[in-house]
Amino acid sequence: MEYLKLIGIVIIILGFALKFDTIAVVIISAVATALVAGISVPDLLTLLGKSFVENRVVSLFFLTLPMIGVIERHGLKQAAVNAIKKLKNLTPGRILNLYLLIREVACAFGITLSGQVQFVRPLISPMVQAAAGARGKLTPKQIDLIKARSAATDNFGNFYAQNLFVASGGVLLMASTMKSLGHAVEPTSIVLYSIPMAVITFIITAIYNMRFDRQFNVKRNKKQED
Amino acid sequence: MTTFITNFLEVFYVLIGLIMLFAGIESFRDQENPARIGTGLFWVILAVIFAGAKFLPYLVIGILILILGLLSLFKQIKPGNIKGIDEKVAEKSAQRLGGWIFMPSVVLAILSIVIAQFTPLGGQIGIGISSVVALITAAVMTHANANTTYHDSERMVRSMGTAGILPQLLAMLGAVFTASGVGELTAKAISGVFPVGNHLLGVALYCIAMAVFTMIMGNGFAAFAVITAGIGIPFVVAQGGAPVVVAALGMTSGYCGTLMTPMAANFNSLPVALMEMKDNLGVIKQQAPVATVLLVIQIGLMYVLAF
Repeated sequence: MEYLKLIGIVIIILGFALKFDTIAVVIISAVATALVAGISVPDLLTLLGKSFVENRVVSLFFLTLPMIGVIERHGLKQAAVNAIKKLKNLTPGRILNLYLLIREVACAFGITLSGQVQFVRPLISPMVQAAAGARGKLTPKQIDLIKARSAATDNFGNFYAQNLFVASGGVLLMASTMKSLGHAVEPTSIVLYSIPMAVITFIITAIYNMRFDRQFNVKRNKKQED
Repeated sequence: MTTFITNFLEVFYVLIGLIMLFAGIESFRDQENPARIGTGLFWVILAVIFAGAKFLPYLVIGILILILGLLSLFKQIKPGNIKGIDEKVAEKSAQRLGGWIFMPSVVLAILSIVIAQFTPLGGQIGIGISSVVALITAAVMTHANANTTYHDSERMVRSMGTAGILPQLLAMLGAVFTASGVGELTAKAISGVFPVGNHLLGVALYCIAMAVFTMIMGNGFAAFAVITAGIGIPFVVAQGGAPVVVAALGMTSGYCGTLMTPMAANFNSLPVALMEMKDNLGVIKQQAPVATVLLVIQIGLMYVLAF
Protein backbone atom coordinates (compact mmCIF):
# COMPACT_ATOMS: atom_id res chain seq x y z
CA MET A 1 0.00 0.00 0.00
CA GLU A 2 3.06 2.18 -0.36
CA TYR A 3 1.51 3.80 -3.42
CA LEU A 4 -1.18 5.40 -1.25
CA LYS A 5 1.43 8.08 -0.58
CA LEU A 6 0.74 9.38 -4.08
CA ILE A 7 -2.67 10.54 -2.83
CA GLY A 8 -1.21 14.04 -2.40
CA ILE A 9 -0.31 14.23 -6.08
CA VAL A 10 -3.80 13.06 -7.05
CA ILE A 11 -5.36 15.66 -4.74
CA ILE A 12 -3.29 18.51 -6.10
CA ILE A 13 -3.82 17.60 -9.75
CA LEU A 14 -7.58 17.11 -9.37
CA GLY A 15 -7.93 20.10 -7.05
CA PHE A 16 -6.26 22.47 -9.49
CA ALA A 17 -7.94 20.93 -12.53
CA LEU A 18 -11.38 21.21 -10.94
CA LYS A 19 -10.66 24.78 -9.79
CA PHE A 20 -11.15 24.15 -6.09
CA ASP A 21 -9.77 26.71 -3.66
CA THR A 22 -6.01 26.59 -4.39
CA ILE A 23 -4.72 27.41 -0.90
CA ALA A 24 -6.93 24.75 0.69
CA VAL A 25 -6.03 22.16 -1.97
CA VAL A 26 -2.29 22.60 -1.35
CA ILE A 27 -2.66 22.31 2.42
CA ILE A 28 -5.01 19.31 2.20
CA SER A 29 -2.58 17.61 -0.18
CA ALA A 30 0.29 18.13 2.27
CA VAL A 31 -1.75 16.88 5.23
CA ALA A 32 -3.03 13.81 3.37
CA THR A 33 0.43 12.85 2.12
CA ALA A 34 1.99 13.09 5.56
CA LEU A 35 -0.85 11.16 7.23
CA VAL A 36 -0.69 8.34 4.69
CA ALA A 37 3.08 8.20 5.14
CA GLY A 38 2.39 7.34 8.79
CA ILE A 39 3.44 10.66 10.29
CA SER A 40 1.61 11.39 13.58
CA VAL A 41 -0.55 14.48 13.93
CA PRO A 42 1.85 16.50 16.14
CA ASP A 43 4.76 15.58 13.88
CA LEU A 44 2.67 16.48 10.86
CA LEU A 45 1.94 19.95 12.25
CA THR A 46 5.61 20.41 13.05
CA LEU A 47 6.55 19.30 9.53
CA LEU A 48 4.07 21.78 8.01
CA GLY A 49 5.35 24.61 10.19
CA LYS A 50 9.00 23.80 9.58
CA SER A 51 8.57 23.42 5.81
CA PHE A 52 6.65 26.68 5.57
CA VAL A 53 9.15 28.65 7.65
CA GLU A 54 12.15 27.22 5.82
CA ASN A 55 10.60 28.31 2.52
CA ARG A 56 9.89 31.89 3.58
CA VAL A 57 12.56 32.94 1.13
CA VAL A 58 10.10 32.23 -1.70
CA SER A 59 8.02 35.18 -0.47
CA LEU A 60 11.00 37.54 -0.39
CA PHE A 61 9.43 39.29 -3.39
CA PHE A 62 6.91 40.86 -0.98
CA LEU A 63 9.75 43.23 -0.06
CA THR A 64 9.66 44.73 -3.55
CA LEU A 65 5.93 45.55 -3.36
CA PRO A 66 6.12 48.87 -1.46
CA MET A 67 8.52 50.29 -4.07
CA ILE A 68 6.34 49.10 -6.96
CA GLY A 69 3.32 50.58 -5.15
CA VAL A 70 5.03 53.96 -4.77
CA ILE A 71 6.10 54.22 -8.41
CA GLU A 72 2.69 52.97 -9.51
CA ARG A 73 1.07 55.87 -7.63
CA HIS A 74 3.48 58.25 -9.31
CA GLY A 75 2.85 57.35 -12.92
CA LEU A 76 4.54 54.01 -13.70
CA LYS A 77 1.66 52.94 -15.92
CA GLN A 78 1.30 56.37 -17.55
CA ALA A 79 5.02 56.52 -18.37
CA ALA A 80 4.83 53.06 -19.93
CA VAL A 81 1.73 54.04 -21.92
CA ASN A 82 3.50 57.17 -23.20
CA ALA A 83 6.45 55.08 -24.33
CA ILE A 84 4.23 52.56 -26.12
CA LYS A 85 2.19 55.30 -27.82
CA LYS A 86 5.35 56.32 -29.65
CA LEU A 87 5.10 53.08 -31.62
CA LYS A 88 2.78 54.66 -34.19
CA ASN A 89 3.15 54.39 -37.96
CA LEU A 90 4.54 50.88 -37.85
CA THR A 91 3.29 47.60 -39.28
CA PRO A 92 1.21 45.38 -36.97
CA GLY A 93 4.09 42.93 -36.60
CA ARG A 94 6.56 45.64 -35.63
CA ILE A 95 4.23 47.13 -33.03
CA LEU A 96 3.82 43.67 -31.52
CA ASN A 97 7.56 43.05 -31.56
CA LEU A 98 8.49 46.34 -29.95
CA TYR A 99 5.86 45.69 -27.30
CA LEU A 100 7.38 42.24 -26.79
CA LEU A 101 10.79 43.80 -26.32
CA ILE A 102 9.46 46.37 -23.85
CA ARG A 103 7.62 43.63 -21.96
CA GLU A 104 10.72 41.42 -21.72
CA VAL A 105 12.98 44.26 -20.58
CA ALA A 106 10.41 45.42 -18.02
CA CYS A 107 10.08 41.84 -16.69
CA ALA A 108 13.86 41.61 -16.36
CA PHE A 109 13.65 44.61 -14.05
CA GLY A 110 10.84 43.13 -12.02
CA ILE A 111 8.08 45.32 -13.46
CA THR A 112 5.26 42.86 -14.05
CA LEU A 113 2.27 45.05 -14.62
CA SER A 114 -0.87 43.18 -15.52
CA GLY A 115 -0.20 43.32 -19.24
CA GLN A 116 -3.54 42.05 -20.55
CA VAL A 117 -5.57 44.51 -18.51
CA GLN A 118 -3.31 47.54 -18.57
CA PHE A 119 -1.73 47.39 -22.02
CA VAL A 120 -3.13 44.80 -24.41
CA ARG A 121 -6.82 45.66 -24.08
CA PRO A 122 -6.60 49.47 -24.03
CA LEU A 123 -3.47 50.04 -26.10
CA ILE A 124 -1.75 47.27 -28.05
CA SER A 125 -4.77 45.61 -29.62
CA PRO A 126 -6.30 48.94 -30.81
CA MET A 127 -2.93 50.13 -32.13
CA VAL A 128 -2.38 46.91 -34.08
CA GLN A 129 -5.93 47.08 -35.40
CA ALA A 130 -5.34 50.65 -36.55
CA ALA A 131 -2.09 49.70 -38.25
CA ALA A 132 -3.67 46.74 -40.00
CA GLY A 133 -6.83 48.67 -40.85
CA ALA A 134 -4.95 51.49 -42.52
CA ARG A 135 -4.73 49.30 -45.61
CA GLY A 136 -8.36 48.33 -45.89
CA LYS A 137 -11.36 47.37 -43.84
CA LEU A 138 -10.72 44.50 -41.45
CA THR A 139 -13.03 41.50 -41.34
CA PRO A 140 -14.43 40.50 -37.93
CA LYS A 141 -12.29 37.39 -38.14
CA GLN A 142 -9.14 39.44 -38.66
CA ILE A 143 -10.03 41.66 -35.72
CA ASP A 144 -10.43 38.57 -33.56
CA LEU A 145 -7.05 37.30 -34.77
CA ILE A 146 -5.37 40.60 -33.90
CA LYS A 147 -6.84 40.55 -30.40
CA ALA A 148 -5.64 36.98 -29.89
CA ARG A 149 -2.17 37.70 -31.26
CA SER A 150 -1.79 40.80 -29.08
CA ALA A 151 -2.72 38.78 -25.99
CA ALA A 152 -0.38 35.95 -27.05
CA THR A 153 2.56 38.34 -27.53
CA ASP A 154 2.05 39.69 -24.03
CA ASN A 155 2.03 36.16 -22.61
CA PHE A 156 5.22 35.16 -24.49
CA GLY A 157 7.10 38.17 -23.15
CA ASN A 158 5.78 37.77 -19.65
CA PHE A 159 6.46 34.05 -19.28
CA TYR A 160 9.90 33.78 -20.79
CA ALA A 161 11.39 36.95 -19.31
CA GLN A 162 10.04 36.85 -15.74
CA ASN A 163 12.81 34.52 -14.58
CA LEU A 164 15.40 37.11 -15.60
CA PHE A 165 14.51 38.99 -12.41
CA VAL A 166 16.30 37.54 -9.42
CA ALA A 167 13.59 38.50 -6.90
CA SER A 168 10.70 37.02 -8.89
CA GLY A 169 8.41 34.45 -7.29
CA GLY A 170 9.38 31.83 -9.89
CA VAL A 171 13.14 32.12 -9.38
CA LEU A 172 12.78 32.08 -5.59
CA LEU A 173 10.44 29.06 -5.79
CA MET A 174 12.92 27.15 -7.96
CA ALA A 175 15.84 27.95 -5.63
CA SER A 176 13.87 26.97 -2.55
CA THR A 177 12.42 23.78 -4.05
CA MET A 178 15.82 22.62 -5.31
CA LYS A 179 17.23 23.23 -1.83
CA SER A 180 14.45 21.12 -0.26
CA LEU A 181 15.23 18.40 -2.79
CA GLY A 182 18.87 18.40 -1.73
CA HIS A 183 20.34 20.16 -4.76
CA ALA A 184 20.74 23.79 -3.70
CA VAL A 185 21.19 26.34 -6.49
CA GLU A 186 21.77 30.10 -6.35
CA PRO A 187 18.94 32.36 -7.61
CA THR A 188 21.48 34.31 -9.67
CA SER A 189 22.56 31.13 -11.52
CA ILE A 190 18.90 30.42 -12.33
CA VAL A 191 18.68 33.91 -13.85
CA LEU A 192 21.81 33.19 -15.91
CA TYR A 193 20.35 29.96 -17.30
CA SER A 194 17.03 31.66 -18.04
CA ILE A 195 18.67 34.07 -20.49
CA PRO A 196 18.88 31.66 -23.48
CA MET A 197 15.14 30.94 -23.50
CA ALA A 198 14.28 34.64 -23.12
CA VAL A 199 16.38 35.41 -26.20
CA ILE A 200 15.16 32.40 -28.21
CA THR A 201 11.53 33.16 -27.39
CA PHE A 202 12.05 36.75 -28.51
CA ILE A 203 13.53 35.68 -31.85
CA ILE A 204 10.88 33.05 -32.59
CA THR A 205 8.00 35.31 -31.59
CA ALA A 206 9.49 38.17 -33.62
CA ILE A 207 9.60 36.03 -36.77
CA TYR A 208 6.10 34.76 -36.03
CA ASN A 209 4.82 38.34 -35.72
CA MET A 210 6.58 39.55 -38.87
CA ARG A 211 4.81 36.79 -40.79
CA PHE A 212 1.56 38.01 -39.23
CA ASP A 213 1.83 41.16 -41.37
CA ARG A 214 1.39 39.14 -44.55
CA GLN A 215 -2.28 38.49 -43.99
CA PHE A 216 -2.97 42.21 -43.93
CA ASN A 217 -1.05 42.93 -47.10
CA VAL A 218 0.98 45.49 -45.29
CA LYS A 219 3.12 46.50 -48.19
CA ARG A 220 1.70 49.95 -48.52
CA ASN A 221 4.99 51.71 -47.85
CA LYS A 222 6.54 49.90 -50.76
CA LYS A 223 3.58 50.64 -53.01
CA GLN A 224 3.58 54.30 -52.12
CA GLU A 225 7.23 54.52 -53.02
CA ASP A 226 6.56 52.86 -56.39
CA MET B 1 29.04 34.02 7.79
CA THR B 2 26.16 31.57 7.37
CA THR B 3 24.77 32.37 10.83
CA PHE B 4 25.17 36.06 10.11
CA ILE B 5 23.24 35.71 6.84
CA THR B 6 20.49 33.71 8.52
CA ASN B 7 20.10 36.37 11.21
CA PHE B 8 20.29 39.18 8.69
CA LEU B 9 17.56 37.51 6.59
CA GLU B 10 15.39 37.40 9.70
CA VAL B 11 15.36 41.22 9.65
CA PHE B 12 13.85 41.15 6.17
CA TYR B 13 11.25 38.57 7.20
CA VAL B 14 10.22 40.94 10.00
CA LEU B 15 9.84 43.69 7.38
CA ILE B 16 7.68 41.38 5.24
CA GLY B 17 5.63 40.63 8.36
CA LEU B 18 5.19 44.37 8.82
CA ILE B 19 3.93 44.85 5.25
CA MET B 20 1.50 41.95 5.74
CA LEU B 21 0.36 43.50 9.01
CA PHE B 22 -0.50 46.73 7.11
CA ALA B 23 -2.61 44.65 4.73
CA GLY B 24 -4.26 42.93 7.71
CA ILE B 25 -5.11 46.21 9.46
CA GLU B 26 -6.59 47.74 6.32
CA SER B 27 -8.55 44.56 5.57
CA PHE B 28 -10.11 44.70 9.06
CA ARG B 29 -11.00 48.36 8.48
CA ASP B 30 -12.61 47.68 5.10
CA GLN B 31 -16.30 47.86 6.09
CA GLU B 32 -17.49 47.06 2.58
CA ASN B 33 -15.84 43.63 2.56
CA PRO B 34 -18.26 40.95 3.85
CA ALA B 35 -15.25 38.75 4.65
CA ARG B 36 -13.21 41.49 6.32
CA ILE B 37 -12.58 39.54 9.54
CA GLY B 38 -11.31 36.46 7.71
CA THR B 39 -9.21 38.50 5.29
CA GLY B 40 -7.72 40.55 8.12
CA LEU B 41 -6.95 37.37 10.07
CA PHE B 42 -5.31 35.81 7.01
CA TRP B 43 -2.77 38.63 6.70
CA VAL B 44 -2.22 39.02 10.45
CA ILE B 45 -1.52 35.28 10.84
CA LEU B 46 0.97 35.47 7.97
CA ALA B 47 2.54 38.55 9.57
CA VAL B 48 2.94 36.62 12.84
CA ILE B 49 4.53 33.64 11.05
CA PHE B 50 6.94 35.79 9.04
CA ALA B 51 8.05 38.04 11.86
CA GLY B 52 7.81 35.59 14.74
CA ALA B 53 9.10 32.33 13.25
CA LYS B 54 12.17 32.48 15.48
CA PHE B 55 10.08 32.56 18.65
CA LEU B 56 7.22 30.21 17.75
CA PRO B 57 7.39 26.41 17.88
CA TYR B 58 6.93 24.79 14.45
CA LEU B 59 3.90 22.95 15.86
CA VAL B 60 2.11 26.27 16.49
CA ILE B 61 2.98 27.51 13.01
CA GLY B 62 1.60 24.26 11.59
CA ILE B 63 -1.71 24.94 13.37
CA LEU B 64 -1.73 28.52 12.04
CA ILE B 65 -1.27 27.19 8.51
CA LEU B 66 -4.26 24.88 8.96
CA ILE B 67 -6.27 27.94 10.02
CA LEU B 68 -5.19 29.75 6.84
CA GLY B 69 -6.40 26.74 4.87
CA LEU B 70 -9.76 26.74 6.64
CA LEU B 71 -10.24 30.48 6.07
CA SER B 72 -9.57 29.99 2.38
CA LEU B 73 -11.71 26.85 2.13
CA PHE B 74 -14.71 28.64 3.60
CA LYS B 75 -14.28 31.65 1.29
CA GLN B 76 -13.40 33.99 4.13
CA ILE B 77 -10.59 35.69 2.24
CA LYS B 78 -11.68 38.32 -0.26
CA PRO B 79 -9.76 41.27 -1.71
CA GLY B 80 -12.53 43.66 -0.64
CA ASN B 81 -12.59 47.30 -1.54
CA ILE B 82 -9.07 48.37 -2.37
CA LYS B 83 -8.60 52.09 -2.91
CA GLY B 84 -7.12 52.69 -6.34
CA ILE B 85 -4.58 55.35 -7.18
CA ASP B 86 -5.41 58.90 -8.21
CA GLU B 87 -5.01 58.99 -11.99
CA LYS B 88 -4.48 62.77 -11.96
CA VAL B 89 -1.58 62.56 -9.50
CA ALA B 90 -0.08 59.72 -11.54
CA GLU B 91 -0.43 61.64 -14.81
CA LYS B 92 1.15 64.78 -13.34
CA SER B 93 3.99 62.83 -11.82
CA ALA B 94 4.58 60.94 -15.08
CA GLN B 95 4.89 64.31 -16.85
CA ARG B 96 7.48 65.47 -14.34
CA LEU B 97 9.53 62.28 -14.04
CA GLY B 98 9.17 60.79 -17.52
CA GLY B 99 11.30 57.68 -17.94
CA TRP B 100 13.01 58.25 -14.59
CA ILE B 101 10.02 56.59 -12.94
CA PHE B 102 11.61 53.25 -13.92
CA MET B 103 14.78 54.14 -12.00
CA PRO B 104 13.88 52.38 -8.70
CA SER B 105 13.17 49.12 -10.56
CA VAL B 106 16.52 49.34 -12.33
CA VAL B 107 18.23 50.00 -8.99
CA LEU B 108 16.51 46.95 -7.50
CA ALA B 109 17.42 44.57 -10.32
CA ILE B 110 21.02 45.69 -10.76
CA LEU B 111 21.92 46.18 -7.10
CA SER B 112 20.59 42.74 -6.14
CA ILE B 113 22.74 41.08 -8.82
CA VAL B 114 25.78 43.17 -7.81
CA ILE B 115 25.43 42.23 -4.13
CA ALA B 116 24.94 38.58 -5.04
CA GLN B 117 27.98 38.46 -7.32
CA PHE B 118 30.49 40.74 -5.62
CA THR B 119 29.86 40.40 -1.90
CA PRO B 120 29.82 37.33 0.34
CA LEU B 121 26.26 38.21 1.41
CA GLY B 122 24.56 36.17 -1.31
CA GLY B 123 21.47 36.58 -3.46
CA GLN B 124 18.80 36.62 -0.78
CA ILE B 125 20.38 39.37 1.32
CA GLY B 126 21.00 41.13 -1.99
CA ILE B 127 17.29 41.17 -2.75
CA GLY B 128 16.53 42.40 0.75
CA ILE B 129 19.02 45.27 0.76
CA SER B 130 18.25 46.38 -2.78
CA SER B 131 14.48 46.34 -2.10
CA VAL B 132 15.02 48.77 0.74
CA VAL B 133 17.40 50.95 -1.30
CA ALA B 134 14.97 50.92 -4.25
CA LEU B 135 12.10 51.95 -1.98
CA ILE B 136 14.14 54.85 -0.60
CA THR B 137 15.09 55.86 -4.16
CA ALA B 138 11.43 55.79 -5.18
CA ALA B 139 10.34 57.78 -2.11
CA VAL B 140 13.00 60.47 -2.65
CA MET B 141 12.26 60.79 -6.38
CA THR B 142 8.49 61.00 -5.95
CA HIS B 143 8.54 62.91 -2.65
CA ALA B 144 6.31 60.16 -1.25
CA ASN B 145 5.49 60.43 2.46
CA ALA B 146 5.03 57.74 5.08
CA ASN B 147 1.25 57.81 4.84
CA THR B 148 1.02 57.21 1.08
CA THR B 149 3.84 54.64 1.23
CA TYR B 150 1.89 52.78 3.90
CA HIS B 151 -1.17 52.73 1.64
CA ASP B 152 0.88 51.80 -1.42
CA SER B 153 2.24 48.81 0.50
CA GLU B 154 -1.10 47.56 1.80
CA ARG B 155 -2.73 48.13 -1.61
CA MET B 156 -0.12 46.02 -3.41
CA VAL B 157 -0.29 43.19 -0.87
CA ARG B 158 -4.09 43.12 -0.74
CA SER B 159 -4.51 43.22 -4.50
CA MET B 160 -2.11 40.32 -4.83
CA GLY B 161 -4.25 38.42 -2.34
CA THR B 162 -3.86 34.72 -1.65
CA ALA B 163 -2.04 34.22 -4.97
CA GLY B 164 0.96 35.93 -3.35
CA ILE B 165 1.45 33.22 -0.76
CA LEU B 166 0.78 30.31 -3.13
CA PRO B 167 4.42 29.88 -4.30
CA GLN B 168 5.61 29.48 -0.71
CA LEU B 169 2.82 27.01 0.09
CA LEU B 170 3.80 24.99 -2.99
CA ALA B 171 7.41 24.98 -1.84
CA MET B 172 6.15 23.74 1.53
CA LEU B 173 4.22 20.99 -0.23
CA GLY B 174 7.38 20.00 -2.09
CA ALA B 175 9.22 19.71 1.23
CA VAL B 176 6.39 17.59 2.70
CA PHE B 177 6.51 15.32 -0.37
CA THR B 178 10.25 14.91 0.10
CA ALA B 179 9.87 14.12 3.81
CA SER B 180 7.18 11.54 3.00
CA GLY B 181 9.25 9.89 0.28
CA VAL B 182 6.89 10.75 -2.58
CA GLY B 183 9.71 11.61 -4.98
CA GLU B 184 11.42 8.26 -4.56
CA LEU B 185 8.11 6.49 -4.98
CA THR B 186 7.12 8.17 -8.26
CA ALA B 187 10.66 7.62 -9.50
CA LYS B 188 10.34 3.92 -8.66
CA ALA B 189 6.92 3.70 -10.31
CA ILE B 190 8.04 5.42 -13.51
CA SER B 191 11.35 3.59 -13.73
CA GLY B 192 9.32 0.38 -13.98
CA VAL B 193 8.06 1.43 -17.40
CA PHE B 194 10.70 3.94 -18.43
CA PRO B 195 14.43 3.38 -18.92
CA VAL B 196 16.57 5.26 -16.38
CA GLY B 197 20.00 6.42 -17.47
CA ASN B 198 19.35 7.61 -21.00
CA HIS B 199 20.07 11.32 -20.75
CA LEU B 200 18.04 12.53 -23.71
CA LEU B 201 15.00 10.41 -22.86
CA GLY B 202 15.16 11.53 -19.25
CA VAL B 203 15.28 15.19 -20.26
CA ALA B 204 12.43 14.73 -22.74
CA LEU B 205 10.32 12.91 -20.14
CA TYR B 206 10.85 15.66 -17.57
CA CYS B 207 10.19 18.60 -19.93
CA ILE B 208 7.10 17.01 -21.49
CA ALA B 209 5.77 16.00 -18.06
CA MET B 210 6.23 19.61 -16.87
CA ALA B 211 4.26 20.87 -19.87
CA VAL B 212 1.51 18.25 -19.63
CA PHE B 213 1.00 18.56 -15.88
CA THR B 214 0.98 22.34 -16.16
CA MET B 215 -1.73 21.99 -18.80
CA ILE B 216 -3.78 19.80 -16.49
CA MET B 217 -3.22 21.88 -13.38
CA GLY B 218 -3.13 25.29 -15.03
CA ASN B 219 -0.24 26.30 -12.79
CA GLY B 220 3.44 25.91 -13.63
CA PHE B 221 4.58 26.52 -10.06
CA ALA B 222 2.45 23.67 -8.72
CA ALA B 223 3.66 21.32 -11.45
CA PHE B 224 7.27 22.27 -10.73
CA ALA B 225 7.15 21.19 -7.09
CA VAL B 226 5.60 17.81 -7.96
CA ILE B 227 7.30 16.90 -11.25
CA THR B 228 10.80 18.02 -10.29
CA ALA B 229 10.73 15.81 -7.20
CA GLY B 230 9.19 12.87 -9.06
CA ILE B 231 10.91 13.02 -12.44
CA GLY B 232 13.44 15.85 -12.69
CA ILE B 233 15.65 14.66 -9.83
CA PRO B 234 15.74 10.89 -10.48
CA PHE B 235 15.75 11.00 -14.29
CA VAL B 236 17.95 14.03 -14.96
CA VAL B 237 19.80 15.36 -11.90
CA ALA B 238 20.66 11.93 -10.49
CA GLN B 239 22.04 11.00 -13.92
CA GLY B 240 24.52 13.86 -13.69
CA GLY B 241 22.41 16.75 -15.00
CA ALA B 242 23.21 20.19 -13.59
CA PRO B 243 20.46 21.13 -11.08
CA VAL B 244 20.40 24.79 -12.07
CA VAL B 245 19.77 23.99 -15.75
CA VAL B 246 17.11 21.46 -14.84
CA ALA B 247 15.31 24.01 -12.66
CA ALA B 248 15.48 26.96 -15.05
CA LEU B 249 14.48 25.08 -18.20
CA GLY B 250 12.09 22.77 -16.38
CA MET B 251 10.04 25.72 -15.19
CA THR B 252 9.92 27.31 -18.64
CA SER B 253 8.92 23.93 -20.15
CA GLY B 254 5.98 24.15 -17.78
CA TYR B 255 5.16 27.57 -19.21
CA CYS B 256 4.78 25.95 -22.65
CA GLY B 257 1.93 24.04 -21.05
CA THR B 258 0.49 27.25 -19.58
CA LEU B 259 0.32 28.74 -23.06
CA MET B 260 -1.73 25.80 -24.34
CA THR B 261 -4.34 25.26 -21.65
CA PRO B 262 -7.69 26.86 -20.90
CA MET B 263 -6.89 26.00 -17.27
CA ALA B 264 -4.59 29.02 -17.10
CA ALA B 265 -7.57 31.33 -17.12
CA ASN B 266 -5.68 34.48 -16.12
CA PHE B 267 -3.61 34.37 -19.25
CA ASN B 268 -5.74 32.64 -21.84
CA SER B 269 -9.36 33.31 -20.92
CA LEU B 270 -9.07 36.74 -19.33
CA PRO B 271 -8.06 38.40 -22.65
CA VAL B 272 -10.97 36.67 -24.41
CA ALA B 273 -13.37 38.22 -21.91
CA LEU B 274 -11.61 41.60 -21.78
CA MET B 275 -11.62 42.07 -25.54
CA GLU B 276 -14.94 40.34 -26.18
CA MET B 277 -13.40 37.88 -28.58
CA LYS B 278 -15.61 35.46 -30.44
CA ASP B 279 -13.30 32.47 -30.29
CA ASN B 280 -12.89 31.24 -26.70
CA LEU B 281 -9.70 29.41 -27.60
CA GLY B 282 -8.41 32.21 -29.85
CA VAL B 283 -5.43 33.13 -27.65
CA ILE B 284 -4.41 29.49 -27.20
CA LYS B 285 -4.58 28.90 -30.95
CA GLN B 286 -2.17 31.77 -31.51
CA GLN B 287 0.17 30.46 -28.81
CA ALA B 288 0.17 26.72 -29.48
CA PRO B 289 2.54 26.66 -32.50
CA VAL B 290 5.18 28.79 -30.76
CA ALA B 291 4.78 26.91 -27.47
CA THR B 292 5.32 23.57 -29.23
CA VAL B 293 8.47 24.80 -30.97
CA LEU B 294 9.77 26.25 -27.69
CA LEU B 295 9.20 22.95 -25.88
CA VAL B 296 11.26 21.05 -28.44
CA ILE B 297 14.02 23.67 -28.25
CA GLN B 298 14.06 23.45 -24.46
CA ILE B 299 14.47 19.69 -24.50
CA GLY B 300 17.49 20.11 -26.78
CA LEU B 301 18.87 22.99 -24.75
CA MET B 302 18.53 21.18 -21.42
CA TYR B 303 20.24 18.11 -22.87
CA VAL B 304 23.16 20.21 -24.15
CA LEU B 305 23.56 22.51 -21.15
CA ALA B 306 22.89 20.07 -18.30
CA PHE B 307 25.36 17.35 -19.29
